[in-house]
Amino acid sequence: MRHADPLIELDSITKHFGEGEARVDALRGVSLTIAPGEVVGLLGPSGSGKTTLLNIIGCILEPSSGRMRLDGELLFDGRWQRADLRRLRLDKIGFIFQAHNLMPFLDAHDNVALVLHLAGQSGAEAAARADELLDYLQVGHRRRAMPASLSGGEAQRVAIARALANRPRIILADEPTAALDSERAGIVMDLLRRLAREQEAAIVVVTHDEKIFPRLDRMFMLRDGRLVDGGARP
Amino acid sequence: MSLAWRDIRHNFGRFLLTCVGLSLLLGVVLSMIGIYRGLVEDALALVRGLGVDVWVVEADTRGPFAESSRIPGDSREAVARIRGVAAAGAITLQTVETLHGGRQLRLQLVGYQLGRPGGPASIAVGRGIARAHFELVADASSGLQPGELLRLGRDVYRVVGLTRGQVASGGDPVAFLTLRDAQALQFELAPPSARRERARGADPAASDTVNAVVARVSAHVAPTAVAADIRRWKHLQAMTQADQELLLTRSVVDRARKQIGLFTVILMMVSAVIIALIIYTMTMDKVREIATLKLIGAPDRTIVGLIVQQALALGLIGLGLGTALIFLVKDWFPRRVILSVEDAIALTAVVLVVCVLASGLGVRLALRIDPATALGS
Repeated sequence: MRHADPLIELDSITKHFGEGEARVDALRGVSLTIAPGEVVGLLGPSGSGKTTLLNIIGCILEPSSGRMRLDGELLFDGRWQRADLRRLRLDKIGFIFQAHNLMPFLDAHDNVALVLHLAGQSGAEAAARADELLDYLQVGHRRRAMPASLSGGEAQRVAIARALANRPRIILADEPTAALDSERAGIVMDLLRRLAREQEAAIVVVTHDEKIFPRLDRMFMLRDGRLVDGGARP
Repeated sequence: MSLAWRDIRHNFGRFLLTCVGLSLLLGVVLSMIGIYRGLVEDALALVRGLGVDVWVVEADTRGPFAESSRIPGDSREAVARIRGVAAAGAITLQTVETLHGGRQLRLQLVGYQLGRPGGPASIAVGRGIARAHFELVADASSGLQPGELLRLGRDVYRVVGLTRGQVASGGDPVAFLTLRDAQALQFELAPPSARRERARGADPAASDTVNAVVARVSAHVAPTAVAADIRRWKHLQAMTQADQELLLTRSVVDRARKQIGLFTVILMMVSAVIIALIIYTMTMDKVREIATLKLIGAPDRTIVGLIVQQALALGLIGLGLGTALIFLVKDWFPRRVILSVEDAIALTAVVLVVCVLASGLGVRLALRIDPATALGS
């Protein structure tokens, strides 16, 4: 299910750290496009530039050169301030982490509602949306549980609910199944695929987990900062 | 949604324990302020307790508290005849140590003339001195009780009444006795010494010396005018009650006042450093959470609010516990500790400012946390 207007467009993106002899080229001319509804994998050995690329797509890191568009907006063209990028992350990007990264002092419900509060929604609206998402992800019965008391699968589903709270168009997932067994990893990936279709979101998954490859629409292989396999189907 | 409060509630035991630790420090700060207030109050208690307007002492001295002063007893008659003086009385002051209940008891003795200014302003328990000799009115802080007998020098005195809050600048309880008894105690020699003095031709009985004459002025008469009249005589120094109070706070307790003030400032600085370290450590513990907050789009004010609110809560709860603690134990201090609402409010304001400043270190750390930290496994 490919759409004409891509959500993520990277054109000749480079990123280097340091200068002179200490210069490290983390990305060397990466170009890719990801359409709404796609779930793509970002693969590569350690040090290949996966995390750097994820940080650039997540608007945490500015590329050294190249052009990037997210949801049609040209970024890093000199007009974007730090606060604008923060707002963009809040409104358009959802993050899912390997270690779920839930706030340990908030229960499941409030972890989800937090994002909505940050976006300026009222308490009642945020609570209703959090309940809706937790029910949708089948962890509604654990809404008042603290993260420490959730199982790995439950915590990851709450983290997914948090990532979806603001109805983002782009979801970036960093090893979302690394802490889960095969069965739960499969459930999480199926869930992400369903969300991508239903919400027309682009989902980028950084992973080493071969078990989930069949559930990806395309895979991008990075090596030494270059795309060596630009979007093959698994 | 208050993230600061949620985080505190999540680690409530640890937070409370930290607050208790800080409360001990802030309690010491508050007690130092209370001791300072007590010191000044004690220094002025005796001067104010006599309820007089003018103090007449030896010329070129700042007696009878800041410096030694000895003037002839008949100076009282001269002072009493000055226009504008309603009443005058001679007083002596001396410090004695005696045994009471097997323990050493230190007293500030005030000898005064019955019916004249210089005696206790009010009696809390028992009665005032009614006999010319061997009766004593003591402050309740001495531990003496009405009816008790107390040996002073060669004589035994009966405690007939108690005052409250009458202490000397050193914190010693004040005891009143008649001027004649006080003069005998201060100036009369023991019989063997008196015999020796007589043998060499001196007059050991000449003991009508006092330390000061105190006077009350008539209504609508300015004490400054009366004091100025007395000073014209050259052989006496006179100062108003206000002058005497200023002298006591500026001179007698000045060093102690500065010492305590400096110590209080140092303690506040130590508190600031400790609060800063606690907040810094608490922020270090939340690096991943703060990185995640930044990554998901939380504005800086949310993160700064989390840290500053926790710093303020720490300071306020610590101060509250410290105040309660000092309030409970203040009467166990050897010297008077006066806790005033004004001081508590002022300290609260200072603690709030210190907390905000101290949280700067934590805020700086938090704002420098890279959101990408959240993505690292």
